[in-house]
Amino acid sequence: MQRKVALKITTTLCTKNGCLDAGTIERVQSLAFLIPQAFVANTQRSLHWFLRLRSSSIFQVCVMSKAVVDVPPKGGFSFDLCRRNEMLSKKGVQTPPFRKTGTTIVGLVFQDGVILGADTRATEGPIVCDKNCEKIHYMAPNIYCCGAGTAADTEAVTDMVSSQLQLHRYHTGRESRVVTALTLLKSHLFSYQGYVQAALVLGGVDCTGPHLHTIYPHGSTDTLPFATMGSGSLAAMAVFESKYHEGLTREEGINLVSEAICSGIFNDLGSGSNVDVCVITKGHKEYLRNHQLPNPRTYVSAKGYSFPKPIEVLLTKVTPLKEKVEVIEGGDAMEE
Amino acid sequence: MGTTIIGVTYNGGVVLGADSRTSTGMYVANRASDKITQLTDNVYICRSGSAADSQIVSDYVRYFLHQHTIQLGQPATVKVAANLVRLVSYNNKNMLETGLIVGGWDKYEGGKIYAIPLGGTIIEQPFAIGGSGSTYLYGFFDQAWKEGMTKDEAEQLVVKAVSLAIARDGASGGVIRTVIINSEGVTRNFYPGDSLPLWHEELPPQNSLLELLHSSSPEPMNV
Repeated sequence: MQRKVALKITTTLCTKNGCLDAGTIERVQSLAFLIPQAFVANTQRSLHWFLRLRSSSIFQVCVMSKAVVDVPPKGGFSFDLCRRNEMLSKKGVQTPPFRKTGTTIVGLVFQDGVILGADTRATEGPIVCDKNCEKIHYMAPNIYCCGAGTAADTEAVTDMVSSQLQLHRYHTGRESRVVTALTLLKSHLFSYQGYVQAALVLGGVDCTGPHLHTIYPHGSTDTLPFATMGSGSLAAMAVFESKYHEGLTREEGINLVSEAICSGIFNDLGSGSNVDVCVITKGHKEYLRNHQLPNPRTYVSAKGYSFPKPIEVLLTKVTPLKEKVEVIEGGDAMEE
Repeated sequence: MGTTIIGVTYNGGVVLGADSRTSTGMYVANRASDKITQLTDNVYICRSGSAADSQIVSDYVRYFLHQHTIQLGQPATVKVAANLVRLVSYNNKNMLETGLIVGGWDKYEGGKIYAIPLGGTIIEQPFAIGGSGSTYLYGFFDQAWKEGMTKDEAEQLVVKAVSLAIARDGASGGVIRTVIINSEGVTRNFYPGDSLPLWHEELPPQNSLLELLHSSSPEPMNV
């Protein structure tokens, strides 16, 4: 009785999803026999859930009836929703606008290290949702990474690799190297096949010298003396191609980076507001937040603005928490 | 990664050559990329197709070859390296889009070139061409290739071929990089774009911005 029910459910599922290959129907059905009795009573939904758990790949093969290769079930990211989204958008359903960093991000190698630059505009479709966001992310004390593309993706991936790098530093007891960050980022992005839309400019100075890399959403990387990414990359690259030369000094480098970012800010609609610069040299870094503000607010209403009055502070009292650990100076070393 | 990649054997070793343009759509993302990557001391691989896929494949194969060299106790042969590339390419053929040329020198077989195009077949050839620019070179190689060339002849052939492909293929350009592998070791050469011969209807650079950069005071352009 249960066998019959299971068979019926699987064949309906298969034909519903357009799986016409007899071999695959058999495989799905043979799997159906593994369903514990309790599930069968509850039908299609539990079978669906069970099949997804046990054989997400076979389910996918069912949907793609033309696929020839039987892929064994694997763990990891399931791309089912990505296909569903593509199918929905073909039917006319609009994806909700997500916050992108339209962006101009640049990096260059100068005589003492690397300089990274970025604009500060974050857009949601046609609207500027953040006029002063931070696109230069911290990876390690000696490594910074600029991010273009989907803001959530760049934040998440740089935060994740930054913590992995910190754990690695504790494990090895050494300063992080730029190629470590590079490999962690590129293998993460490659395994998500470009769905994590983060285009990054990674720069830093480690014991092997100054390094500058670009990382594309599909996971390919390039190593360059000067690099630009984002929608304003063409404008910024034009500036770099005409003015970059080896052995720039710190001032020249910062000026060139600011010029390239300004070129992106003024000529690209997806970039705007201010210029952030980050200078990394051996053993020292300088994060110049809002190094240039070429877009000041020029109109201020003559009437002035009346915001509701904030609550007045009458009294401020700071009570430090007691320290639970007493540090004994010059104590004896621990005995074995 | 529209490209031109070439691998040619000569008596005593192999010469690998490639252009240096990486394009994303109509924009040149990197005009000086290095498409000839090292797998071991004596085996190199030319990459074409998707940049991400080819980089990942060569990283995996470099890792496996390193383990293999430790276990074997001597340098890996070109055949083993090419076979590993073929296994990765073939077993993941649904997910990868990359055409590769493996070339190197070992003491048993000498210089060898193996082509591993899109589906993951492996074919040992005296010379191999790949990438979008290679379509313009089939006839050229049929006429210009001959057995038993010397090292300089082989390198000149590779440089000439890549420069012809660059002239005709929009997705190839930049500089030409060559790698010569023989019993003595590995030599890398670099040919900047302006050092290459001019082909049919190509003009020498005139009123180029390069002149303004090199001169101390820029002069107005002459018509």
